[in-house]
Amino acid sequence: MSRPRGTTVPTHETVAAVSTRPDLRRGDEGEGAGSKPLVFGVEDVSVYYGGFRAVRNVDLAIGQQEITAFIGPSGCGKTTMLRCFNRMNDLIPSARIEGTISYHGVNLYEDGVNPVEVRRRIGMVFQKPNPFPKSIYDNIAYGPRIARLDGDMDELVEQALRRAALWDEVKDRLKDLAMGLSGGQQQRLCIARALAVDPEVILMDEPCSALDPIATGRIEDLMEEIKSSYTIIIVTHNMQQAARVSDRCAFFTAEVNETSDTRTGILVEFDRTEKMFSNPADERTENYVTGRFG
Amino acid sequence: MSISAPLSSGISAEAVRRRLHGQRFDLPGIVVHVALLLSLLFSLVVLGVLVYDLVSGGWDVFASRFASFLSGTMRFAASESGIAQALRGTLWIGVFVVALAFPFGIGAAVYLEEYAPDNRLTRVIDINIRNLAGVPSIVYGILGFAVFVKTLSGLTGGRSVIAGGITLAILVLPVVIITAAEAIRAVPDDLRQGGYGLGATRWEVTRTQVLPYAAPGILTGTVLSLARALGEAAPLILVGAVVGRLGSNPGLFDIGSLDQRFTALPIVITYWAGLPQPDFRALTAAAIVVVLAIVLAANAAAILMRNRYESKRG
Repeated sequence: MSRPRGTTVPTHETVAAVSTRPDLRRGDEGEGAGSKPLVFGVEDVSVYYGGFRAVRNVDLAIGQQEITAFIGPSGCGKTTMLRCFNRMNDLIPSARIEGTISYHGVNLYEDGVNPVEVRRRIGMVFQKPNPFPKSIYDNIAYGPRIARLDGDMDELVEQALRRAALWDEVKDRLKDLAMGLSGGQQQRLCIARALAVDPEVILMDEPCSALDPIATGRIEDLMEEIKSSYTIIIVTHNMQQAARVSDRCAFFTAEVNETSDTRTGILVEFDRTEKMFSNPADERTENYVTGRFG
Repeated sequence: MSISAPLSSGISAEAVRRRLHGQRFDLPGIVVHVALLLSLLFSLVVLGVLVYDLVSGGWDVFASRFASFLSGTMRFAASESGIAQALRGTLWIGVFVVALAFPFGIGAAVYLEEYAPDNRLTRVIDINIRNLAGVPSIVYGILGFAVFVKTLSGLTGGRSVIAGGITLAILVLPVVIITAAEAIRAVPDDLRQGGYGLGATRWEVTRTQVLPYAAPGILTGTVLSLARALGEAAPLILVGAVVGRLGSNPGLFDIGSLDQRFTALPIVITYWAGLPQPDFRALTAAAIVVVLAIVLAANAAAILMRNRYESKRG
């Protein structure tokens, strides 16, 4: 598979509106409508794995320096959707996407877009902490090295670890293997690793599902702290977490297909988090956030 | 709120203890345990007897004339014969295997696992490589004779160590590909995802994540296949290794004479073992010990490198 190089994605372009569709702007009702510039505009996106449609007809608008949470029951396409934002689904040969996801107005899936360049700007933190089998230092330095960033690597590593609130715990053992850290530390290391390449967006796929409540709390604090510099999209099964950390919330659910025994994810509602949890427009959202379903 | 005492179950501790202490006689478990131990012992004893027999058989040779045995050539008299020419052949065969089978084998494995799409064609190729690994070595000898001795004689010089080395490199190539592919398949996908997620290209992920993690497994497979190549006699006989006395004795690193007639340790062992004079029996044993030593040295090197990589893996 050839990956055309040379096309870069502009990073600091503000897009006032990505769509005229009324349902896309639904999330901007109420206070602060349109106050944040958009980073991503998602229009009528469906994702297929071979012939199976995993998620269909999603419209979203992701604001800059906001935390957007994707919630919903298992198998409703949250992770699939998340992985479209940095083209990680390209790694699955059968995956196919319809519709457009624009990043500062540029369709991420148009011809000439290099997924490698996309992923350097849109970082990812995975469900299970996945430190590389290298030292703590080399884990952080990995991204800057492959991106051939200039500057003092020691300083860069320290900065990334400080931003991820891990520096004080590891500063005396930077040469130790990252596998020796606890689960929560490993996940913060993975966040630091993602921050080290200075992305604009961080995608987090259930980053706390393998962690205890204390480690989870630290990651949530961390998200709150870095929010001023980054745009974050987080998939979570934990509704309290979504309520605590996110500014906007997208509720997905799965509908059973009539012709086959498969389930396709749909976006039910997308709005400000307070509204989603206090006064959702859709009954299904209300049932889910109040714990009556899912 | 106070915690109430646990409900009494009405069974005395003594009765519970009796039940818990009951030991059932686990006959199948014991039989299996003993059988497993016996299989291990059997293998160890057979190997031990073999090694003892060889070392004691060849000991006189090593004790009385170690240096002249290593540096001597093939002669009529057992007391003057040595394995210099055979050592040279075996060394160069090893060089060809390392230089050809390792890079091509590992390269093919990386391509199959990391680059090629998973479709019917690649699955057919995969199955065929597995089948090739099971083809008897004599068949590779015929291939080597037809292709490298006859067709490409201008390149190889005909019945030369070049032809023999390439033939054995091809013989072990499928095994190298299979073991390297298995090692690459065992690399956790987390690592690849982590690399791609940071904006690494496919080659960067392969070079910095996949290959370092798979290195110990790849090493084990390649060194085992090297050992196999160094011990093969049948294909070499077909590509024209000299079974018997070889006149020329160029230096170990005389590259200019690689296109000349050659012999190798397994060939010399075959030849000496067939001679009627009892003196050659000791030489045979000594030559086998030398082959074993070379293979063990290669394995030891692989284990050392493996440990180094694995300690990095954590």
